Amino acid sequence: MIAELGLAALWLAAALAALQLVAGFLAVRRAEGDMAALVRPAAIVQGALCAFSFAMLVWLFARTDLSVKLVATNSHSLKPLVYKLSGAWGNHEGSMLLWVTVMSAAGALIAGVERRLPERTMHATLAAQGFVALGFYAFLLFSSNPFERLPLPALEGNGLNPLLQDIGLAFHPPTLYLGYVGLSVAFSFAVGALLTRAVTPDFARAMRPWVLGAWVFLTIGITAGSYWAYYELGWGGWWFWDPVENASLMPWLAATALLHSVTVLAARDALRAWTIMLGVVAFSMSMVGTFLVRSGILTSVHAFAVDPKRGSFILVLLAIYIGGALAVFGLRAGTVAEGERFAPVSREGALVVNNVMLSAILGVVLLGTLYPLLTEAMGVRVSVGPPYFNSAGAIFVVPMLLVMAAGPLLRWRSDRLARVRGPLVVAALVALTVLAAVLILAAPGILPLIGLALGAGLLVASLLPLRGRSLRRLPLATWGMVIAHFGIGVTLIGISSESAFSEERLAALEVGDSAEVGPWRVTLQAVTPVAGPNWNAIEGVMLASYGGGAPVRLAPQARSFWTPPQETTESALETRWNGQLYAVLGKAADGQRWQVRLWWKPFVTLIWLGGLLIALGGVLALLGRVAHDLRRRTVTRKAASRRAELQP
Amino acid sequence: MSRLQPKHQRLVLVMVALVALIAAGLIGAWAVRNQASLFYVPSQILKDRPGPDRALRLGGMVEKGSIVTRPDGVTIDFMVGDGKARVPVTFTGIVPNLFVEGSGVVAEGRMRGGTFYAEELLAKHDENYVPRELADMTAAQKAAMAQAAQ
Repeated sequence: MIAELGLAALWLAAALAALQLVAGFLAVRRAEGDMAALVRPAAIVQGALCAFSFAMLVWLFARTDLSVKLVATNSHSLKPLVYKLSGAWGNHEGSMLLWVTVMSAAGALIAGVERRLPERTMHATLAAQGFVALGFYAFLLFSSNPFERLPLPALEGNGLNPLLQDIGLAFHPPTLYLGYVGLSVAFSFAVGALLTRAVTPDFARAMRPWVLGAWVFLTIGITAGSYWAYYELGWGGWWFWDPVENASLMPWLAATALLHSVTVLAARDALRAWTIMLGVVAFSMSMVGTFLVRSGILTSVHAFAVDPKRGSFILVLLAIYIGGALAVFGLRAGTVAEGERFAPVSREGALVVNNVMLSAILGVVLLGTLYPLLTEAMGVRVSVGPPYFNSAGAIFVVPMLLVMAAGPLLRWRSDRLARVRGPLVVAALVALTVLAAVLILAAPGILPLIGLALGAGLLVASLLPLRGRSLRRLPLATWGMVIAHFGIGVTLIGISSESAFSEERLAALEVGDSAEVGPWRVTLQAVTPVAGPNWNAIEGVMLASYGGGAPVRLAPQARSFWTPPQETTESALETRWNGQLYAVLGKAADGQRWQVRLWWKPFVTLIWLGGLLIALGGVLALLGRVAHDLRRRTVTRKAASRRAELQP
Repeated sequence: MSRLQPKHQRLVLVMVALVALIAAGLIGAWAVRNQASLFYVPSQILKDRPGPDRALRLGGMVEKGSIVTRPDGVTIDFMVGDGKARVPVTFTGIVPNLFVEGSGVVAEGRMRGGTFYAEELLAKHDENYVPRELADMTAAQKAAMAQAAQ
């Protein structure tokens, strides 16, 4: 019964999305009329129905209702409850339902609260949102029904991929989806503004919180995904340029560019057409990401079910949305009037460079991600890895970071470089000092060297906008920018340090033997079997001492899960302020010895710490903007009521 | 600094963006041709003889009885065959869980002096996640390999 309720709610929600599209479209054509009154309620009810449907699915997973196909294939009655619940979206159908749920919730929210734009633009925006949602409802209902029943209930479920039985999974997909969906809202705003010829600073202000929110969630999702891959896969790496990782990085790059251009549009009424274009590109990238990850075209832990029909379905959706949006853009871009002018040396000029460089990096990543798929179609198998991405990406990242150091110091409209030269020289000196110090103390590769110097310079440069300003009266949005830019510097230092100074040790140890890695001395104390709720494992007990100090205990495991049968590596980490010791237990080498792999990674944690700072910056900026908007709304309302009182 | 005329400014912006994107495309295309690692099976790799500076992927069957562990306990030597030819492979590290004799493997690394030095081994992860190159090998190829292995 629960499954049927969920399915019925989903069908109703789809019908409302269709209503939202038709009513919105008619309302745009004829500004007045009954249809216009339907658009916002349709969006709100649709959101509620979808949330209900998703709740039903979670309930099914909580009860482990084995008569439902999805539950039987992905869950197991012996799983811990939290993984039963997160299993609801740890599979293809459930994750797509989560996607439309988040999307319709976002639609309901803008329908409920957004009052700043002309009503016609809102109707066009909501119609676009309904159009996008409708495609996903069709995808769910026709090719990935999460509520499908089995003819006969299964006796026991198949279980969830053990790699996914991790607390990170409970949050990773929802976070990324919130990001992707936020970009879909930005896309709908862009289409709405374009259709009703209302590309204004007000439009930018309405769109900005969504872009900011999407960007924050993408940042958190990427940071968390990277840390998950780092400790769960046991390879010691934190980024593999895997297509699945790129699928989340590309929307992030586009969203970062959009975030900066929407600021120019809001503050200075410039870069109008460019902002619309980026809105289209950002959403296209999240669709490309969904396609790569969900179509089964790639083999990865994310490609839940390889079903060519689904791949083609998403590809058709992708073509309709992007093709449609580009067609509208091509037809209407000419009607978007030229924005305000600015000099090449100005805040706007710096932001244009930022946008262009981000787009170039996006192009490089996109090419590297799609190239193997393209050549495969021609019968040649290749894979593209770090040597390509690191070198080709760096060509554009370095100039972008240089401009990032200077940009926030420049004035809007027009400025002189001479005015900001002093503070920038300080940052440059810091960078050069670090460069010299690293060259003398160690001799890393060229990219890590540049990274360390630039990172240090950026830490200083990012704080320069605070100079000569009252810290207490600084707007939250400015704090957000400073912290996010500072976070980029922190991450850059972490990345470069990890790549320049990491030490690795691979050894076969007997119990009682020791191995050294960096300043650590690690002794294998014992190797014992241990058992968990749905796995058993071999655990290596190790004592690690840093520079001869008191030893800490590490216990990496090699786990074997029963349902489904699979083996995973549980690495053990010891975090210090200056880095992480990373230990993995391998196989029995021969009779008595065990393979042990150890890494000492100086300052590796800065990578994710920086990621969190970047996200925090986004949160502060979002809070600052929303608070400002709310205040302004109250002031306008008060002013309006006072005017009404004064009138006779 | 003088401000540009409106028409002019938009044109300049579009040109700058186009030039940067084309540069990105060209640099990317050039780099991807140089850096992409090609996939080989043993008979192809012996025919083409790629140089030691080229990153490669070698796919095939681990021959039965060929895995030898060196005294250091972490380096192994084994033969990868495709039914027609065989290539010696050396790998230092922890092998994937389902890396066993008689089953498929994809090795990433470089060819030096007739031996393939693998930096990474990808084996069948479990029943569901098989490296693409292995999954796509035709049934005939697999049968030939299985025969050769026996």
